[in-house]
Amino acid sequence: MAVVFQKPHALTDAPFHYCPGCTHGIIHRLVAEAIDDFGIEGKTIGVAPVGCAVMCYDYFSCDMVEAAHGRAPAVATGLKRALPDRIVFTYQGDGDLAAIGTAETVHSATRGENITVIFVNNAIYGMTGGQMAPTTLPGQVTQTTPYGRDVKYAGYPVRICEMVSTLDGVAYAERVSVDSVKNILSAKRAIHKAFENQINGLGFSIIEVISACPTNWGLPPQEALQWLRDNMLTYYPLGVYKDKTAEKKA
Amino acid sequence: MAEKVLMKGNEALAEAAIQAGCRHFFGYPITPQTEVAAYMAKRMPKIGGTYLQAESEIAAINMVLGAASAGVRAMTSSSSPGISLKSEGISYMAGSDLPCLIINVQRGGPGLGGIQPSQSDYWQATKATGHGDFQILVFAPSTVQEIVTYVFKAFDLADTYRMPAMILADGMLGQMMEPVVVEKPQGVVIPPKTWATNGTEGKRPHNIINSLYLNPQELEDNIRKRFARYEIIKSKEQVAESLYTEDADIVVVSYGATSRIVKSAVKAAREKGIKAGIVRPVTLWPYPEKAMKEAARTAKAFLSVEMSMGQMVDDLRLSIDCSRPVHFFGRTGGVIPTPNEVLEQIEKIAGGIR
Repeated sequence: MAVVFQKPHALTDAPFHYCPGCTHGIIHRLVAEAIDDFGIEGKTIGVAPVGCAVMCYDYFSCDMVEAAHGRAPAVATGLKRALPDRIVFTYQGDGDLAAIGTAETVHSATRGENITVIFVNNAIYGMTGGQMAPTTLPGQVTQTTPYGRDVKYAGYPVRICEMVSTLDGVAYAERVSVDSVKNILSAKRAIHKAFENQINGLGFSIIEVISACPTNWGLPPQEALQWLRDNMLTYYPLGVYKDKTAEKKA
Repeated sequence: MAEKVLMKGNEALAEAAIQAGCRHFFGYPITPQTEVAAYMAKRMPKIGGTYLQAESEIAAINMVLGAASAGVRAMTSSSSPGISLKSEGISYMAGSDLPCLIINVQRGGPGLGGIQPSQSDYWQATKATGHGDFQILVFAPSTVQEIVTYVFKAFDLADTYRMPAMILADGMLGQMMEPVVVEKPQGVVIPPKTWATNGTEGKRPHNIINSLYLNPQELEDNIRKRFARYEIIKSKEQVAESLYTEDADIVVVSYGATSRIVKSAVKAAREKGIKAGIVRPVTLWPYPEKAMKEAARTAKAFLSVEMSMGQMVDDLRLSIDCSRPVHFFGRTGGVIPTPNEVLEQIEKIAGGIR
């Protein structure tokens, strides 16, 4: 019988600990598929964040390093500088990448570190139980914005792709979503490209993945996806923000 | 045989690290360690190494963590306020059993403090370089030549015991120029780094470098294993220099550049007929308890001389089980004690003993 669907080799057999309806599982799979597609599992090193994906070091079959909160791009920089022929990726959430690790994100980007950054934006701190994230939307209710995020007091969300796309060191910046099959297929193509860019030595590639957190949003999985479409995709428009490969062709 | 050259302490730190095989330096500018980074920036590109000026001390130590994970010798260099920022990364490296070299060319603190020499990071280096149950190796050379010796030693022991090592220097030692021979010791055997995350090549299960253990029992077991290793280090790696201690009534304990001032004072005391001696800790962790206990056999009193408010006094007391009085003399904030000041203290204690 022909095998039509199987687990990517770059994922271990460890069962995910993620909540029902969480989209981390899909994103893990897309990353693993890219690693499989390029046949690079044996030469890839992943850097895990602090956040819901903290234990992704158990899920990816390649070598893994667990970084301190926000420091994954610095750890990846050290790894890549020591092993320039290896493929290094980070997998980070919004609190990790866009709050405590903003400096590491911006500077690894502007140095043009030849790494791949997978940035999961679900507009909330998941692991600690649903506090306001740097990407929490105006008016969004969280544990620490119980009356909704008031921009007069808590400021505005950070748009990472827009921000880093101004930096010369960035080879590729794209925002994708995993709320529908169509968008998942686009996300797969983007993540694939982010790894391909690194293989081709183009520099820093970041894929921001708009993701759902039904548990901390207080919504059933289906409604969470609809909330994502109605609210997140309007504040965080999908698309390619920077693409050095396209600039070259043009 | 390598030739004898005249070098600043800071330059010797850098050159010795390169000779020790370190090709990855990550740092952030701070006085008074500037020459370490400048030397690396000049040399590394010529020898296929990495000099990377990070966006912060925090980033720099985490880059060291990444490079160390890859299995290469990596280092960072800073001065007191910068080490505070690195403390997060140092704790993670200790918790992940990663070797590296950290240089602290100490200046006065707390806060922004000053930029003159100090030894007021003794507590930080030996007790609390970061959160959690852990130690790092701490070496306190007192000459430029000794800097070289202990940079090699620090890398070797860090790799052997899989833990961060620190050279605790000070602004005086860093800026001082002395003749030095930089020669790598021969015959050192380092265990292979089979734990490194450098790609499985499909030949082994994936390696994970991690300090997270959500199961408390697992975390406790891990820490106990690490502390068992610390006991081996305590028994095998203590280093101290003892001078005139065979018959000493007063033993002055001092480390780093300060110990050189103390030596002059002890010699002057001897000339005045006072039986003074010196024990100079070279390893601050592990603390050289054996040398202190040995000195306590004849000593009637100890005197700790430091460029701090007396941060080493408790370790000294505990090392001799409080069996002798321990006096203290120190200058701090960047003020360097003079031999005469130390001599006065020795004379005062001698008067009390008589």
